[in-house]
Amino acid sequence: MKARAFDYMRPKCVQEALEAFASADGDASYIAGGQSLVPALALRLQAPGLLIDIARLDELRGLSIVDGHLRIGATTRHCEILGSNLVREHAPLLAKAAPFVAHPAIRNKGTFGGSLALADPASEFPAMALALDAIIEIASVEGSRRVGAGDFFIDLYETALQPGEIITAVHVPVATVKTRTAFDELARRRGDYAIVGAGIDAQMQGGFVERMRIAFLSVGPTPVRVSAVEAALTGRQLTPEAIRQAQDVLGTELDPAGDEHTPPKMRRHLARVLLGRLLGRLEANV
Amino acid sequence: MNAFAGSIDRPNSYIGRSVSRPNAKRLLEGRGRYVTDLVLPRMLHAAFVRSPYAHGRLVSIDIEEAKALSGVRAVFTGEDLASICAPWTGTLEHFNNMKSPPQVPLPLEKVMWSGQPVVLIVADSRAIAEDAAELVIVDIEELPALADPVEAMSAEAMSQELADNICFATKLDSGGVEEAFDAADTTVGQSFIFGRHTAVTLEPRAIVADYDPSENRLTAHHATQTPYQFQDVYSRHYGIPEANVRVIAPDIGGSFGMKLHVYHEEMAVVGASILLGRPIKYVADRMESFVSDIHARDHRVTGRLALDRDGRITAMDVDDVTAIGAFSSYPRTSAVEGNQVIRLMGAPYDFSSYRANLSVVFQNKVQTSQYRAVGHPIACAVTECLVDAAARELGLDPFEIRERNLIPDNSYPRTSPTGYQFEKLSHQVCLARLKSIMNYDDLLAEQADLRVKGVLRGIGIALFVEITNPSPAFYGVGGARISAQDGAILKLTPSGEVHCSISVTEQGQGTETIIGQIVADQLGIDREKVRVMTGDTDTTPHGGATWACRGAGIGGETALQAARKLKANLLAVAGLILQAQPGELDIRADWIVEAVTGQQRISLAEVARIAFFRSDTLPPETQAQLSVVHHYAPQGYPFAFTNGAQGCLVEVDAETGFVKILKHWVVEDCGRIINPLLVDEQVRGGVVQGLGAAFFEECLYNEDGQLTNGSLADYLVPMACEMPDIEISHVETPTRDTELGAKGCGEAGTAAASAAAMNAVNDALVGHGAVLTQIPMTPTRILRALGTI
Ligand SMILES: Cc1cc2nc3c(=O)[nH]c(=O)nc-3n(C[C@H](O)[C@H](O)[C@H](O)COP(=O)(O)OP(=O)(O)OC[C@H]3O[C@@H](n4cnc5c(N)ncnc54)[C@H](O)[C@@H]3O)c2cc1C
Repeated sequence: MKARAFDYMRPKCVQEALEAFASADGDASYIAGGQSLVPALALRLQAPGLLIDIARLDELRGLSIVDGHLRIGATTRHCEILGSNLVREHAPLLAKAAPFVAHPAIRNKGTFGGSLALADPASEFPAMALALDAIIEIASVEGSRRVGAGDFFIDLYETALQPGEIITAVHVPVATVKTRTAFDELARRRGDYAIVGAGIDAQMQGGFVERMRIAFLSVGPTPVRVSAVEAALTGRQLTPEAIRQAQDVLGTELDPAGDEHTPPKMRRHLARVLLGRLLGRLEANV
Repeated sequence: MNAFAGSIDRPNSYIGRSVSRPNAKRLLEGRGRYVTDLVLPRMLHAAFVRSPYAHGRLVSIDIEEAKALSGVRAVFTGEDLASICAPWTGTLEHFNNMKSPPQVPLPLEKVMWSGQPVVLIVADSRAIAEDAAELVIVDIEELPALADPVEAMSAEAMSQELADNICFATKLDSGGVEEAFDAADTTVGQSFIFGRHTAVTLEPRAIVADYDPSENRLTAHHATQTPYQFQDVYSRHYGIPEANVRVIAPDIGGSFGMKLHVYHEEMAVVGASILLGRPIKYVADRMESFVSDIHARDHRVTGRLALDRDGRITAMDVDDVTAIGAFSSYPRTSAVEGNQVIRLMGAPYDFSSYRANLSVVFQNKVQTSQYRAVGHPIACAVTECLVDAAARELGLDPFEIRERNLIPDNSYPRTSPTGYQFEKLSHQVCLARLKSIMNYDDLLAEQADLRVKGVLRGIGIALFVEITNPSPAFYGVGGARISAQDGAILKLTPSGEVHCSISVTEQGQGTETIIGQIVADQLGIDREKVRVMTGDTDTTPHGGATWACRGAGIGGETALQAARKLKANLLAVAGLILQAQPGELDIRADWIVEAVTGQQRISLAEVARIAFFRSDTLPPETQAQLSVVHHYAPQGYPFAFTNGAQGCLVEVDAETGFVKILKHWVVEDCGRIINPLLVDEQVRGGVVQGLGAAFFEECLYNEDGQLTNGSLADYLVPMACEMPDIEISHVETPTRDTELGAKGCGEAGTAAASAAAMNAVNDALVGHGAVLTQIPMTPTRILRALGTI
């Protein structure tokens, strides 16, 4: 398993990176943490002629609060998300999901932007970006644009990113006093991509759901929002009855595929169990 | 023979002590030297083009473009290597009518499994070789793949050399089975499926083959457990005198049986080195490992037990169909596993009517063969699950039914209905010990409490018998040139230290440590003063090396006897120097002492100095023998059987099918324990592999014979987070066949862990109408058994 030969460059700024890509005739790839790209290179699933290393660009770094949003620089590493007080306070759902992302060695290198750009449907952060209604900030040679998470994930490994575009940051609306979150997943071994996982970001008032966003991972070609389930719960209390009804709605809304370990039926069943458990936790506020 | 009488309190009494491994620090500091690390002058690198189909006819191979790539030195196909390599056939003569197609390094006409190497590329670097591999065009006419073993049994032969797809079939029948079942008060029967899994060593297979035409000499740096076997194989199949073949097995990153079989890639690389006269390195990558390392298990077993009114087993009847891939592996074959399955069934129990049917079947998958605890986990799981099923049927506690049926500890020697001779086992003591270290009654109470709260805890136990210290009855009698004896050379250095080179080998389990302990113990010198060397056919005597749990029992006895021989020589010299009778002297703490008083007379270093440099001061005619060579072959019982008992505590989440393994217990009896620390770690490692088989590890194939989970992302090896605390307790019943009294322990953990786990899961599910008889017990299978999905 040796990668095909490639050139490597480390640009000094985003603009230089964008230009390098533009002049590579499409035969280039950005590399951030390399935790997904390098295995793909070794397996020769990808063989770009040029790697443009964006991992050390200052413009892509850092966690800060900007306009009521937590701004997560694209090259913020998974371990930084996990260790950050800002994230814990303002985006508790991300803090809850972070320990489930891979293993420490991978979290030390893998980046938030890389995870979203790759858009692996089994990854935690893309699904959580959806649950949080995050805004993805994208740079191209033409300038900068913003895309809502709801419009970002298009198909398996396919996003709104055009060739050559770079995710520069992700903006997450900050949590309020009404915010309740829950995350969990079912994986055969700790750190594995999960058979199914889900995160909930809700606004609760006096025991009633004012707004709820639920996103699943590993149940389709993209991360999946279950809006019918969300609608079924909005305005209600999370009684056992309401939870059971939500689970029933989920059964009609999800259509997961199988893999060598897990038939579709199993995945749907586990999603249902997981939803019930997460809603139970929200209700208990744990 | 007398059992070794050691006292742990003597100076240098290392036998029985938990001392650390001298090589651990080196490996931890990253100073290990593995085959992969080796760089030789003019060395080239190999990569293979593999068959994408499980079964097919080779139509054409176009290597022109690959050959033309800059940096490519040669491209070889079947003919190139078949012309210089004698084919090999994986059969043993004592398995009557066993058959297997002959094998050559690269196929000539047909591909027999997906992943089979077809073309060998030799280039200046592995990356270039892989570039060239992409340029080779192999045209294969795809043939229907035989993936399912039961189908393969009756299907047309896939190898033109054979009449059918049966590699080996045999029956055992002690008589009386039908009658016993007719007369039984209770019978239980179950069908089991044991998935395929594989070894997943940290270090993959690796070889640097270095042929020197000027001397017709082959040096193979080969990551293997068995350098002598490969010396023989390379010599005979490539027609090089055995003395001209040197196999060096340096540091090895795990092996578990996987690295003792002949692989097509290694044979091809040796052939390529002969053809090119240059060293060639091949290191399997992880994807290649999954499709070319041997796999293990793959059994479909049906088993039945007959019991009388008191819950005593009266008869057992089993049928095992095991699929082994397209070829029986060489030179140990792929039939040993099945043979051991049917011979180890029911081994702990006292009954006499036994019948078994074994069918070893070819199919279009990579070959299976010996892997840690060959056959044991299958025999153990079938037996122990049936015993639990009988206990449930009869309303007996699992401990109770076993207490009623065990072979009593005071009734040895015994011969099992399958023909195994047991010298002395300790089932009753082990079972009682297990019950007490598990705090069984407390566990039962806790289980009952939690059940009320909807928490499903399960407790499972399993007893096992393990085959260790094999005599020539294992391979030699079947015509395989695999030694059951070992040899050691002990050399005194002029500074009074001892250098030991021995034919047992080290793959991380601590062989060198225990050999050093034994030599130091027997000689009476400090352990730091013994240097042990293994794994080089040029510098160690020919021997069996390491497999089937023989390192401590046979290698250890070899070292013990060699050390006693050297000691006698050293005392003879010391006697001359001191003008004392050697019999009145002893060696303690590096000193020659008066045996009775312990008074120090002369240091060993001084004896060595005199003997090496001032032989003129010794009496005329004396020739001090300062090195000894000694061989030891096991005699007496054909195998030293060991035994033990394991317990497993699990919690099953009935909603998700997920199982949490909470705790595991092992009581084992490997005879004389040389190093309790190493025995414990062997047992723990073995248990983890057994739990891996029980819950995680499985090579999944589709109906076309394609492995669908051949990566470490998809093939689940057990990881630390999922593994429970493993508590171990020892019973010591030394074998009287040797002075040392040691038996093997390396496979004990694996032998019964999956059986105990199965019984635990089924105990948790009692009352839910689900019984699991297939491993691994995945969440999907558990929910299916529960009828949830
Ligand atoms: C053993 C293992 C287990 C793992 N387990 C998990 C897991 O459980 N959950 C999980 O979520 N992930 C897991 N991962 C993946 C890991 O989180 C990756 O690091 C992450 O998904 C990608 O981030 P990266 O920075 O490493 O991206 P890279 O590998 O560097 O790049 C991935 C892709 O994204 C592109 N890219 C990267 N950054 C940008 C950007 N800013 N703008 C545009 N394109 C960009 C690259 O061009 C490339 O195509 C695992 C990885 C490994 C090796």
